[in-house]
Formats: sequence, structure tokens, C-alpha cells
Amino acid sequence: MSNPTHLQYTEEHEWLTEAVDGVSTVGITAHAADALGDIVYVQLPEVGDTVTAGETCGELESTKSVSDLYSPATGEIVEINQAVIDDPASVNSDPFGDAWLYKVKVEATDKLLSAAEYDAFIKA
Amino acid sequence: MSPRLTALDALHRSLGATMTDFAGWDMPLRYGSEREEHLAVRTKAGLFDLSHMGEITVTGPQAGELLDHALVGFISALGVLRARYTMICREDGGILDDLIVYRTGETEYMVVANASNAQVVLDALTERAAGFDAVVRDDRDAYALIAVQGPEANGILASVTDADLPGLKYYALLPATVADREVWLARTGYTGEDGFEVFCAPADAEHLWNALTEAGAPVGLVPAGLSCRDTLRLEAGMPLYGHELSTDLTPFDAGLGRVVRFDKTTNDGEFVGRKALEAAAAQAEANPPRKLVGLVSEGKRVPRAEYDVVSVDGTPIGRITSGAPSPTLGKPIAIAYVDAAHAAPGTAVAVDVRGKHEPVEVVALPFYKRAR
Repeated sequence: MSNPTHLQYTEEHEWLTEAVDGVSTVGITAHAADALGDIVYVQLPEVGDTVTAGETCGELESTKSVSDLYSPATGEIVEINQAVIDDPASVNSDPFGDAWLYKVKVEATDKLLSAAEYDAFIKA
Repeated sequence: MSPRLTALDALHRSLGATMTDFAGWDMPLRYGSEREEHLAVRTKAGLFDLSHMGEITVTGPQAGELLDHALVGFISALGVLRARYTMICREDGGILDDLIVYRTGETEYMVVANASNAQVVLDALTERAAGFDAVVRDDRDAYALIAVQGPEANGILASVTDADLPGLKYYALLPATVADREVWLARTGYTGEDGFEVFCAPADAEHLWNALTEAGAPVGLVPAGLSCRDTLRLEAGMPLYGHELSTDLTPFDAGLGRVVRFDKTTNDGEFVGRKALEAAAAQAEANPPRKLVGLVSEGKRVPRAEYDVVSVDGTPIGRITSGAPSPTLGKPIAIAYVDAAHAAPGTAVAVDVRGKHEPVEVVALPFYKRAR
């Protein structure tokens, strides 16, 4: 799956949308979902939590392993995707779409990559 | 050191497999979704490349006596063309590896060791062969190994061989022609399903893989990787070396004392580890320290290997050896060694999942048993 060009990316394999009214949507990339294998459990931060760019804010558990979820941005969580918690496998099937993870009111971000830069990063 | 490649390496890559380093081999972890591969083996069939397994041939007039001396099983009592699950132990009773031994002839056996232990087993057998009229031969490069496992396995094999499959019992083998190639065809496997393991020349592996793929396509056969192999064997309650078995444990610690045969009539009943294993048997009978049990979780978080098992009041009582989400049961399962006082099925305990105590219930193994 190619990486949508309208998103920005981190080296920890999250994507985030350009902010609308200061709020960005965050998910993990198809590359990350594929590397993890079948995802069986997703733990997300809660609405109202403050997350910090580059720090862990949740967990993704697959058949074989458990991985930390990092936040690409610093800010307050304003919405989480309950559908993903209820159906973790959707992260494998639609990582850039229905399986977004949470929305954050962005105060600052980590170093972000364009789709082309992220492509180059995962191929390196 | 660069990893070893099986004869099917190019084929796995052409199928888009995610490859992983396993015991020094580059092996297919999964081709697509490991959950779908798992369910295909349970309901239809899966095709596995197991060429990393270590084949060792033991041949000669005293091959059986040598194996009776070197292993814990009564190997010379095995019928020709039959197979046996057994173990090789140290003098102190610690498990060096678990093995399948196939009797391929009156005076010839094929010992199949785990990839990670193949050299250790080869060295031990070679050393223990001193004084016996038998030869231990490293045949790791002589064989590729392909497994077809699942309820459709029998029909798939039947379409590519004239071998007497109805006469081929579980834990037996035959020299056979499969898809015009000479192989050893064994009714063994490690998934809890009916199935076959095909030992062939590496040069024939790709031809056989393709023939089996074609024969299996109409009934839903899929290529299956090591990831689903692990969840399949876990559901079937089968031990895995390095998880449930190790040099720190005897077969009696692992609840597999039945594989130790003190009644051997060869070598005056002596074998490597006998004294220590007799003591381990007595200890297991009188006062088992820990027992191997199954755990089932009602939660979503997965109890994994090395996590602590705790009692409901939080006291550590054991350790997980393997754990995974079970595709068949739809909930997380694990195998653990727990203190005997907490080992009864139905006991409520908990697992320390990264600091949080997740409730689990002790259950009898296996988690899954196929309908016969």
C-alpha cells in the first residue's frame, strides 16, 4: 500500500493529518501494521490526556509481539476511535482510513516526514 | 554469519513471504495474515517448509542399542516404519532436545532434531556412539522437509501419490513416490491436525511444493509460516524447546515422564541420564514443585513468555512459557509452569502483564483437540 501524499509521517511509523482548527488525526502506517502482523489489541490514550511528541501513549499487540505506540505530537487528546478498540484487526485492513487511532489538539510536533521522505526511510 | 536458505527460499520470496531469522535459517514467518493461515490449517490445509529441522541418520547393526543408550526412549523396540516422540537428556537429566525418531529400516533410524539444537544433538549422538557398532551421519543437507497439515491433508496427498495412505497410521512412515519424486512420507506433524511430513531431496522440494499447491488449491490449501505453526502447536498443547523444555528441566518436570523408558532391555537397561531421571521421577511422584498447565484469559491482553503468574492475592506462583491470542478459541491462551497448589483446572490466578494483573483461569492441556 502506498503512503498517501496528504499525510505527514514519523520515523516511528505514525501518520498525522494536517491540522483542522488545530486538531490532527493520528494513525499508524500500512508498513507498521504489516510489520506487526495481525493486530489483536489496541490500547489508546484517553480523551483529556496530554500526550508528548516522541513518547509512548499506548500499545499495539499482535499475535507475536507487543509494541509501544508513540505520539507524533504534543497536545490534548480530543477523540479516540472506539471502533478500532472494538475491532483491532481493522488496523491491518484500513490503517490510513477507518482505523485511525485518535485526534489530538496539536501544540507541537516531532520531526515530520513527507510521504516521499517516509517512503525513502522505510526502504533504507 | 549470513543465514542459511532452504531449497524453497526463492519460492517463499515469490509468494511475498515475510521472512525471519530462525535458528540461523531465513524462514517464512507468514505469507499474509497468520490468523488466516492458522484457521486454514484447522479447517482446510496448510503447506509448511520445515527444511530447517535437523535430520541425523543412525545406521549399523547396533543403531538401535546406540539410540537406547543415547535417548530416554526404548527406540529399538520401535517397529520398522514407525516413529516415536522422544528426548535426549544430559547425565543430570536436563533436556537437550525433544526429537522424533523414525525407524527407516531394520538397522537404520532417522533422528529429527530442532533446528536450534541439531548440532548439539549431532555432537551428543556422535560422542555417545563410542563403543557401538553404528554410524551417526549428519543428513541436514540431504533433506528438505515439507509438511501438509489439516483436515484436507489426506485428500491432497491422495491426489499426488499411490502410496497406501489408509494403511499409513499416525506416527508411521513409508518410502513413497509423491508427484513422481521419491520421498519418505510420514504421518506426523506439529499442529494438532491430521497431516503428513514429506522428507525429500532438496532438488525436488520446489517441484513437490508446486505439485502440492496445485493439488490443494481446490480445497483451500494455503502456504503457512512459522508464526501460525507456533499458535497451532500452542493450542494443541505441544511443548516447544526453549519455551516449555530446556536443560534446566527434566521430562518429569515438563509432565512428559512417559517418554522416559526405564524398562529398556538393551544395554542392561542403562542409558544416559538414568540415575538422575529416576530421582526426578520419584520427586515428581511425591512432591512436584511446579506443573505445566494451560491458562485462558477472558481479557484482550496477551499473557506472553516470561511473564509472571501470580495468585489472586498477588504472590508470584509461576512463569509463562508460551502465550498468544488463540485464533480457534478467540481469546488469549498461555502455557505456564505454576506451583502445584495452584495447578488444578478451574483455579483462578492472574498474569502480570507489564505491571497489571490480568485474571486468567487454569485449564487442562491441550486447549484444542481435533474431532476424530
